[in-house]
Amino acid sequence: MKMSVQFRLNGKPTTVRTDGERLLLWVLRTDLDLTGTKYGCGIGECGACTVLVDRQAVLACQTPIKLVDGSEVVTIEGLARDGKLHPLQEAFVEHGGFQCGYCTPGMIMNACALLNREPRPSHAAIVKGMEGNLCRCGAHQRIVAAIEAASGSGKGGGS
Amino acid sequence: MSDAVRIDRRRFFQLTGGGIAVFVSLGPSALLSQEGRTGHPEDFNAYLLIGKDGRVTVFSGKIEMGQGVMTSQAQMVAEELGVALASIDMVLGDTDRCPFDRGTFGSLTTRMFGPALRAAAAEARLVLLRLASERLGAPPEKLVVENGVVSVVGESSRRVTYGELAEGKRITRVVDEKAVLRAVGQFQVMGSSPRRIDAPEKVTGRAKYAGDIRPAGMLYARILRPPAHGAKLGKLDTSAAEKREGVTLVQRDDLVAVLHADPEAASKALESVHAEWQVPDATVDNETIFEHLVKAGGTPEVKETRGDVAAGRAAAARVFETTYRKGYVAHAPMEPHAAVAELLDGKLTVWASTQTPFPTRDRIAQAVGLESKKVRVITPFLGGGFGGKSADRQALEAARLAQIVGKPVQVAWTREEEFFFDRFDPAAVVEIVSAIDGNGRISLWDSTVHAAGERGATPIYDIPNLRVRLSGRITYGDGTEALSLHPLAVGPWRAPGANMNAFAVESQIDIMASAAGADPLEFRLRHIKDPRMRRVLQAAADAFDWKSGAGPSGKGRAVACSVDAGAYDALMAEVRVEPADGTVRVDRIVCAQDMGIVVNPDGARMQIEGAIAMGLGYALSEELRFRGGDVLDRNFKTYRIPRFSWVPRIEAVIVKNDELAPQGGGEPAIVSTGAVIANAVFDATGARICRLPLTPERVREGIAASKTGR
Repeated sequence: MKMSVQFRLNGKPTTVRTDGERLLLWVLRTDLDLTGTKYGCGIGECGACTVLVDRQAVLACQTPIKLVDGSEVVTIEGLARDGKLHPLQEAFVEHGGFQCGYCTPGMIMNACALLNREPRPSHAAIVKGMEGNLCRCGAHQRIVAAIEAASGSGKGGGS
Repeated sequence: MSDAVRIDRRRFFQLTGGGIAVFVSLGPSALLSQEGRTGHPEDFNAYLLIGKDGRVTVFSGKIEMGQGVMTSQAQMVAEELGVALASIDMVLGDTDRCPFDRGTFGSLTTRMFGPALRAAAAEARLVLLRLASERLGAPPEKLVVENGVVSVVGESSRRVTYGELAEGKRITRVVDEKAVLRAVGQFQVMGSSPRRIDAPEKVTGRAKYAGDIRPAGMLYARILRPPAHGAKLGKLDTSAAEKREGVTLVQRDDLVAVLHADPEAASKALESVHAEWQVPDATVDNETIFEHLVKAGGTPEVKETRGDVAAGRAAAARVFETTYRKGYVAHAPMEPHAAVAELLDGKLTVWASTQTPFPTRDRIAQAVGLESKKVRVITPFLGGGFGGKSADRQALEAARLAQIVGKPVQVAWTREEEFFFDRFDPAAVVEIVSAIDGNGRISLWDSTVHAAGERGATPIYDIPNLRVRLSGRITYGDGTEALSLHPLAVGPWRAPGANMNAFAVESQIDIMASAAGADPLEFRLRHIKDPRMRRVLQAAADAFDWKSGAGPSGKGRAVACSVDAGAYDALMAEVRVEPADGTVRVDRIVCAQDMGIVVNPDGARMQIEGAIAMGLGYALSEELRFRGGDVLDRNFKTYRIPRFSWVPRIEAVIVKNDELAPQGGGEPAIVSTGAVIANAVFDATGARICRLPLTPERVREGIAASKTGR
């Protein structure tokens, strides 16, 4: 059934008129042309589709669009501000926290939520917090190092 | 070679608007001898273009799947040409713009393609110096190049840029790969670790993968799949799907697909298709597969023999007979296969996640009945490959559907399809009989490798009496030959076969070291003369702080080593085994690797770390469950790949060897990962587990068996 879903997307007011049961992942990738958020498994087991909804990590492949009505949604495309990379993005570049890059948007968004929750997480807290995000290239220890560095900069939080 | 695959140089300049282009002819002889291939076309294998703006465009048939070759290839060109890395643009894996390439696999990009690319850049530099010499009225030996500017020595005002030299020119040069390359001591860009070229796109979500390409009017296709391989379609009812709004149904031979402008609507339509299938009876599963492979693999052929195996056995003080097993392992890249096809004015363009854009182009052309030159394959970034994106079913599907419906079509596999259609790392069995003599030296090695192939099958150790036999050789072709042996399709998986062979060989060496009462490192050194291997073992021992002693020491420390893709690797690991449930926790892995000249040290370390982290999977948890043609593991819920908490501290030590040309880097470090973890579990518990992966259940059983003396 078609409904009107209104939310802020990467800082901009956005209205989508569509079936509210459609999944956020596909609305982002098709209707809104934001392909940075990736499909990886479709069952919430890999984290590739992670976005922020009201500063918390949400799996877009498990989230009907109607649930974000009235929320603030941030995707990987909305993290850099005025052409300046977010500290987490900088840190992923600096520490080589990616290889193929396919899991990277989900990694960065989940890390962002982690730092929103806990600005200076311990190494163990980062590992625990990132456990649901899969990386097949094996960039894990550099991703952890990148998150540690970004949190050390004291500017970890996203919008 | 047909015209279809030859780069037309005149057309090339029409497309690029002039400049100085350099082609490199890499004849078939070099590739045939070193890659063991047949039918490599005689073609130009690298080129680059210097434009009037001074920018350098590098065209390469190699693709970027995470391994960092976009950056390392640019570094090689920048070094030889004398330009800044930032002035280079890379065009990869586009069959209309790049020279022919067989595919990106086998750790060959830097090792085999690198010399050609460097030669092209070195030749371009010579051409530019000659032009500059005319322009500046000074002999070439009086000229210096820095960041794309040629100037006269001692007179910096007499200068001209590469861009100025290239302006208005249409110069082509064809060279062979023997051009004089810069020496390691001269390196300014090679040997350094600049920020990866693909970094900005990959951390901002701008990086495009095949599934992110969306031409106007594109339809998303979902394809009817059998419940099991080998199943035959019976009754089919598509009426409910056809009634859905916006659905296009395609039914052509074996291809039944529903297409829709919304991917979820396409999925729902597919769910409403009712199909009945006749599934053949399962004859083999993930437990009975090993017996099947030994039986069905045929009479083993002798791969290598030396000394006298019978004499070695007669002289043995102790004989060890062990059978090693490993199941099928999935590639499971984070990006499932995807392709987008668009037919426009008789020309078919296919954006595909493939490691082999040129062979894929030819297979598409054949499948849709077009000439090869009417098909263009463009390879965006790949979300991981690991050998698994060397087949191209999804690209053929997208191409066929685009041709049938006359609109652009995307075929992006679900994770379930990705597992179902994977061409797995084959299950394998290795049987080894070995012996030590009264002096603690290996006197005999007699092994039979079933289905793991020859890569890494022959031990690198000094063994006087040896025989290595192979059955069920891996053939990848179209899979039909392999299918006669394997119930599932198999294909190359990061260091094909070598992981299993190293697991068997290095476990067996460890068994003998322990029986001889020797430290496992000392025992290995006792039997290795090759200085490269001795050096990496020593480097690993230094970094790890190896303390000598015979295993099992209870400490959970171990060593394993291998030679793969021209690189030498020694790994040392420290593990703990949870006493309660047998779970293996890897705390630390050190890898020392000699890979010849290193183009990008940090990139090389990333490959080593990544290979080891990936290797934890086949070592600890990954084993595909199946029953006949039915793939039982189809998503990450049951098929567990390494997670953050599994990954130990990984220390990559690159052992300098600038005397040797660059060797492989993507595969070598994964080869001994299974072996070193299995050996460390033995050192921790005294239990020798001879089947990968080392699941908690197998470790518990192994510990129980070792306590009762088997």
